[in-house]
Amino acid sequence: MIAPGFLTTVQDLGRFGWAHFGISASGAADPVAFRAGNLLVGNAENAPALEMTLTGGEFQFEGDAVVALTGSDFGADVPPWTAVPVKSGQTLRCGASRGGARAYLAMRGGLDVPNVMGSASVHVMTGVGGRSLRKGDTLKIGGAWVRAARPPARQAPQYSPRTALRVTEGPQAAWFGPELCSSLYSVSEETNRMGIRLKGPALTNPGGHMITEGVPLGAIQVPPDGQPIVLFVEHQTTGGYPKPANVISADFWRLGQIRPRDEVRFELVAMEAAVEMLRLQEEWLYSI
Amino acid sequence: MTIRPDSDRSLFLSFGEQISPEAHQLVRRAVQALHGTRGILNLHPAYTSVLVDFDPHLFDHEQASALITGLLEAHRGDAPPPERLVEIPVSFGGESGPDLPDVARHTGFSPERVVELFTRPEYTVYFVGFSTCFPYLGGLPPELATPRLSAPRKHVPVGSVAIGGPQAGIYPIASPGGWRLIGRTALRLFDPAGTPPPLLRMGDRVKFIPEALT
Repeated sequence: MIAPGFLTTVQDLGRFGWAHFGISASGAADPVAFRAGNLLVGNAENAPALEMTLTGGEFQFEGDAVVALTGSDFGADVPPWTAVPVKSGQTLRCGASRGGARAYLAMRGGLDVPNVMGSASVHVMTGVGGRSLRKGDTLKIGGAWVRAARPPARQAPQYSPRTALRVTEGPQAAWFGPELCSSLYSVSEETNRMGIRLKGPALTNPGGHMITEGVPLGAIQVPPDGQPIVLFVEHQTTGGYPKPANVISADFWRLGQIRPRDEVRFELVAMEAAVEMLRLQEEWLYSI
Repeated sequence: MTIRPDSDRSLFLSFGEQISPEAHQLVRRAVQALHGTRGILNLHPAYTSVLVDFDPHLFDHEQASALITGLLEAHRGDAPPPERLVEIPVSFGGESGPDLPDVARHTGFSPERVVELFTRPEYTVYFVGFSTCFPYLGGLPPELATPRLSAPRKHVPVGSVAIGGPQAGIYPIASPGGWRLIGRTALRLFDPAGTPPPLLRMGDRVKFIPEALT
């Protein structure tokens, strides 16, 4: 690791089975780009890979490797969404993002890093699974490939500073009016893997009494100031703020590509539609 | 019990609206019955409810709901999970508990009396949640209830023992927080490099042992 970039961490698809101890799953912020990277280099889709945020890192290879860069275009010197060979001694440089917030560097064989509680994902806030990478760190490439590398991906997703997020009704939807889906929000600088904080017209918080309850990934919670927060991969496992809506699973990848100052709006869909959209996304993912 | 969709990959199991030892036992037994089931990815217990995250590639809400109700029914007669008593040594007041004077002022007791009342009962870990192994303790004497800080602290030291409204808790990691800090324990509730279980689990009983009052 010659330069780490803004925030580069080892990720997989998450650490499941510990929410009853207050530990959320963490995992890749854009699971679609993450899985695509692994599929392209011939790995199992959960193999540990690197997640870069806003500004990418610089990596020197001390052996021949096959890698794929997916997610947002970070101006790297290799073609994106394609498995490419790199030679021993070669350096791969990424720059600032030209689109979304995150890019993934998957290596054929995955990364040989220890699992903590069954996952290699770094939970940045708590330090579970390790820490973000620093200059001078070395990582070993593993032997976890399962098939031949695939041809370049067709129809890679496009990232825009204006995102429409589809939502289903949340558990306290009846407490709120239709404002959430008719307003435009700006993404706050205080956005991270725990939560995406939005700024816009305040939602009227009815201030009803709520007992603290479990909260899922993608839940939109409204604190007393009326500014919604989308709970993200390192979210708290329980919370006491009302939730008018929940981002659908098929749009989780969009959450991972949202940058501070982007514009966000919400679009309500039925639960059945959300399930169907996830099915279509899986079909696309396995067609690449 | 009622069960309803929460997100497109989760179901919400509710055991009523009243925080009570009875609801707590139902929550505990539900977690015991559902834990480790294929396709159930995460369980989020709280005072009177359990949020169940399921794998949307395996089940839809109807199938997950049938699986859950079937498991709860099948495990209805199981013995409840064992309860443990965990003693937590606490240094009260001073730098360890900077808000002890405020709690004393709010409740009208002397700091010594606050500590005496606080350490008298056995608490129950209603659930572990929020952020990394935070135990929500039931059993705080009602006369010690003190409102949270109007603006949360940016940095609460690890091991801080705190009162937040009618609840008590212990901060397992250094984090922001708005509860009133009355003491600190050197016991580590959570080791990020280790593998859980954390020191305190849902259903455990907790007794605070005063070390010193500074």
